[in-house]
Amino acid sequence: MSGINEALGSLFNGFGFNCIIFFCTLLFALPLGLIITFGSMSRFIPISFITRTFVWIIRGTPLMLQIFVVLYAPGLLLDFPMKSRLTAVLVAFIINYAAYFSEIYRGGIESISKGQYEAGQVLGLTKSQVFFKIVLFQVIKRIVPPMSNEIITLVKDTSLARIVGIAEIIMCAERFTKQGLIWPLFSTGIYFLIFNGVLTLLFGFIEKKFNYYRG
Amino acid sequence: MSILQVLNLHKSYGKTEVLKGVGFSMNEGEVLSIIGSSGSGKTTLLRCINFLERADEGQILVNGEVIFDARNKNQLSISEQRKNQLNFGLVFQSFNLFPQYNVLENVELAPKLLAKERNDYKENKKEILASIESEARAVLERVGLSDKLANYPCELSGGQQQRVSIARALALKPKVLFFDEPTSALDPELTGEILKVIRSLAAKKITMVIVTHEIEFAKNVSDNVIFMDDGVIVEQGRVEDVIDNPQNERTRNFLRKLSDK
Repeated sequence: MSGINEALGSLFNGFGFNCIIFFCTLLFALPLGLIITFGSMSRFIPISFITRTFVWIIRGTPLMLQIFVVLYAPGLLLDFPMKSRLTAVLVAFIINYAAYFSEIYRGGIESISKGQYEAGQVLGLTKSQVFFKIVLFQVIKRIVPPMSNEIITLVKDTSLARIVGIAEIIMCAERFTKQGLIWPLFSTGIYFLIFNGVLTLLFGFIEKKFNYYRG
Repeated sequence: MSILQVLNLHKSYGKTEVLKGVGFSMNEGEVLSIIGSSGSGKTTLLRCINFLERADEGQILVNGEVIFDARNKNQLSISEQRKNQLNFGLVFQSFNLFPQYNVLENVELAPKLLAKERNDYKENKKEILASIESEARAVLERVGLSDKLANYPCELSGGQQQRVSIARALALKPKVLFFDEPTSALDPELTGEILKVIRSLAAKKITMVIVTHEIEFAKNVSDNVIFMDDGVIVEQGRVEDVIDNPQNERTRNFLRKLSDK
């Protein structure tokens, strides 16, 4: 009986790390992604070139590698070792997801027809008014489905933190296999299913809110 | 004095010269139609006058005041540029309504944002916003859409959408209202309602420039006509002269082709 309680408690604590990584990544990567988008859409070619190359590298290499680089590179190259493994994981996740989000934002912004900008311009609106009052809302409507996809992937990716020894839920569950227990491992799946189920409902609700118009 | 003077506009895209020195002038209350085949430069002319493209050469004057001079490479300040822009209104071929706003909001959006720049906005906010709303309702009544104020563009027919976009342009009280082929994106049975609205505006002496393929309509509603071909004005003058009695061979060919259809 105490074994069950111990396992349940360990899984619960482990999932705390998954939640920290999930919420911190969202909190910082959502706005950072927008900044990267403006960089990659910049008309100043050096900036857009550098930004796009950066996005290419981040999207083209494994997140696992990026976590290791963020954890070890400061210490080995700059003589400035990372104090906290969790910080390293968070930095790697935020940069990685910001790069993905930025591409979703860019696709959304570029899908808005030129006519919307021109209509705003001939009505005497400033560029920022056109963006914030006309374009942005339409972009958000269009990116909700790809964003929900990406965010659900993020929930599952949080388990990668174990590679640098963060005791997230799957790492906790795996320990119990040594005691001959498989059910803790299975029950981690339930955590993820419930979490993603709630997210799916939430995104479905948001999509519905935007359904009052087409176009 | 002419309300609008366009002098010697040139515009090239790469090596293709689309406007090869176009000039005309018009008086207040006049309706001018611009006709010509596709690719003749009509739409580019309209886009240059409305600052959607920058002409390479030429000037634009409103009431004798230069608001655009291509020789003046120094960028105008953004507020000057917008002040110039607001001399004109433009109704697009493809409406370009804002889909997330209802009909009334589409018309009110720009006047409300512009009102924020008024010095007395903070003190008289309520009165200003109320008067913008009542004016928006009034222009929508003029185009016959009083019963659609709360509808979204996607719920309207093409003809109704185009009438909203006319109201949206009128709400800013432009000195000259431009139409870029306002009926080309509409089914033939819907063009009548747009033409009716334009005719009612003409009766109210609103200065308008209409790029159109509807020769009969151009003949009906306008005072003067410009025929463009290959980036130049081939013929211009009173409707009766240009359409019923064209002097130029190219105008005659164009009108004959249209009547053959």
